Amino acid sequence: MAQTKSARKTSQSGRSSNGRDAGAKKGDALLGLDKGELHAMLYQMLLGRRFEEKSAEAYAIGKIGGFCHLYIGQEAVAVGSIMALRPEDYVITAYRDHVQAMVKGVTPNAVMAELYGRVDGCAGGKGGSMHLYGAEQNFLGGWGIVGGQVPLAVGAGFAIKYREQDSVVLCYMGEAAVNQGAFHESLNMAALWKLPVIFIVENNRFGMGTAWERASSLYDISQKASAYDMPSAVADGMDVIDMRRVTQEAIDRARADGTPTLIEARCYRFMGHSMSDPVHGVYRTKEEVEEQKRKDPITRFIELLKDNELLTDEELKKMDAEILKVCEEAMEFADNSPEPGIEDLYTHVYATEDVHGRLFFDRKNRLEQS
Amino acid sequence: MAILTYREALNQALAEEMERDPDVFLMGEEVGLYNGAYKVSKGLLDRFGEKRVVDTPITELGFAGLGVGAAMLGLRPIIEFMTFNFSILAMDQVFNSAAKVHYMTAGKFKCPIVFRGPTGAALQLAAQHSQALEASYAHFPGLKLATPATPADAKGLLKAAVRDDDPVVIMEGELLYNLKGEVPDDDDYVVPLGVADVKREGTDVSIITHGKMVHVALQAATALEKEGVNAEVLDLRSLRPLDVDAILASVQKTNRVVYVEEGWPYVGIGAQIVDTIQEEAFDYLDAPILRVTQADVPMPYAKMLERMAKPSVERVVAACNRVLYRQTA
Repeated sequence: MAQTKSARKTSQSGRSSNGRDAGAKKGDALLGLDKGELHAMLYQMLLGRRFEEKSAEAYAIGKIGGFCHLYIGQEAVAVGSIMALRPEDYVITAYRDHVQAMVKGVTPNAVMAELYGRVDGCAGGKGGSMHLYGAEQNFLGGWGIVGGQVPLAVGAGFAIKYREQDSVVLCYMGEAAVNQGAFHESLNMAALWKLPVIFIVENNRFGMGTAWERASSLYDISQKASAYDMPSAVADGMDVIDMRRVTQEAIDRARADGTPTLIEARCYRFMGHSMSDPVHGVYRTKEEVEEQKRKDPITRFIELLKDNELLTDEELKKMDAEILKVCEEAMEFADNSPEPGIEDLYTHVYATEDVHGRLFFDRKNRLEQS
Repeated sequence: MAILTYREALNQALAEEMERDPDVFLMGEEVGLYNGAYKVSKGLLDRFGEKRVVDTPITELGFAGLGVGAAMLGLRPIIEFMTFNFSILAMDQVFNSAAKVHYMTAGKFKCPIVFRGPTGAALQLAAQHSQALEASYAHFPGLKLATPATPADAKGLLKAAVRDDDPVVIMEGELLYNLKGEVPDDDDYVVPLGVADVKREGTDVSIITHGKMVHVALQAATALEKEGVNAEVLDLRSLRPLDVDAILASVQKTNRVVYVEEGWPYVGIGAQIVDTIQEEAFDYLDAPILRVTQADVPMPYAKMLERMAKPSVERVVAACNRVLYRQTA
């Protein structure tokens, strides 16, 4: 089956069909970004990594509960793409959302306090790890049903077009989400109505413990865009520069006339599906994980910067120490933030509670009313 | 006051609210060019254009979710389901997204959206097209739900829903669209959510109900009047918020209750009403509360079977007589 015109155009733009093996070439490898911008990207990647290492420690001692999905290994995807945005642009993602939230500007303090379930968390302790939000930062969350955030992203794109703005929406999802109906319904509407949404599929190879080739009849996710006459691209999700380059192209298209894009970011999850799942086992070998860790996106970016004489060991050490301090302060902040109380249980269910009649049907509310 | 059909009253509410607030838009299957599957949106495309009256593909989950995302950015979508039977495809977005936006974000984001369309059975449409889903939607904290029974309530409740900052579900009745009634011309005519309405004053028994069944209850009350029984008909109008005070006032007056609803009995709206009454007005009851509902089966096609499955005037009359311990012929 021939690809559609627009899909063909972008797939011929020179992308490797296997982004994971595509290396960044020297020379054109830095996209004209200056040292400050490159250091900012490294800072965000390292912050994401250290923050989640600390989160894992906090989870192990029971400070963080519930499900906690770590992003370790995938940092290049969020950092490369979100740092190509303007502040007024929107980001929405699924439940592996800590790093997206922080790169979009939600503070490490507010994120850690949310993981701890405290009142100073970015969702007041009502969301937790999977449901982080930032209204001022245009970070739309933080959603727990696989694929459920994708129609919401299209709604954000619809609102942007309705208001004749030139913002864009980055919508992240894991590769397993593309088998959900919500994905296909959303891509169809976005392409049909030219809504400025960039769908970034983080193909970390596994939907929980099911390898991609065991879940999809089609290996190449970017090809799914052709069904909706939508431009698509494959990015090396282990290469922050490649992520930024591919996303920037999509952003430019979206700003120009609302054209959406499907990006497949090929990456790898170094940790288990969530903190309660094993790193390896029946679905992948320890050797496979070790092999992938040799392509660590942070190590790779550090080497690239050093090769271009844009980073010294001294600068790296200083940055890492600063980040560690930020993470430790976030944990201290979270520890000191109060736990929500009974007075918070019933708040925020409704925006307008000033109504006649009864909204809640349990004893507490009855007692309050009597 | 003007005499309008229920359909025209809804249309008037939509037009007035879209005129009042440029952030309001209508989206759904066949709402534009086709003027609505039930013609509720007739003329709106011509008046407001394609930007604000949006025909969608048949993609209920997709456009319900689109509405939620747009509402998070401050627009005020009105999402039409051709019928609520099809909303079952969209339930993930209504229950998992719309109902939880405000709570999960601790109020950082609001979700001022309306989901509307007809609920319940029409005539011989069989099991998949004849469902009254009020209980399912009333179950979720975070949603509000109203079920207008008259043209005036249709206008007033829909306008209240559009102006509300929470997700509000408006369940209409396919068999009500041609019903005529007086409707206030006032373009600020709003029926607040959570206020029940005594559609007929009575002293002997309270028939409490909502939506289309209000008319079955009123016919039953007329029939009972001929037998010397003075029945009160209380139309809840909103199922969440629920006007508990109005329910208790009616129970205290008549001491006997029959609940009538179009949906199934098990875990139905009536079950909740019975629970509320037994807990808060136990001493006022002179008889157990009876419920008249759809038969606890998927709706059959055959005319006679369908008739037997639906709540009827005769069954409501019989239930009232039972709670009154009246011997009838």
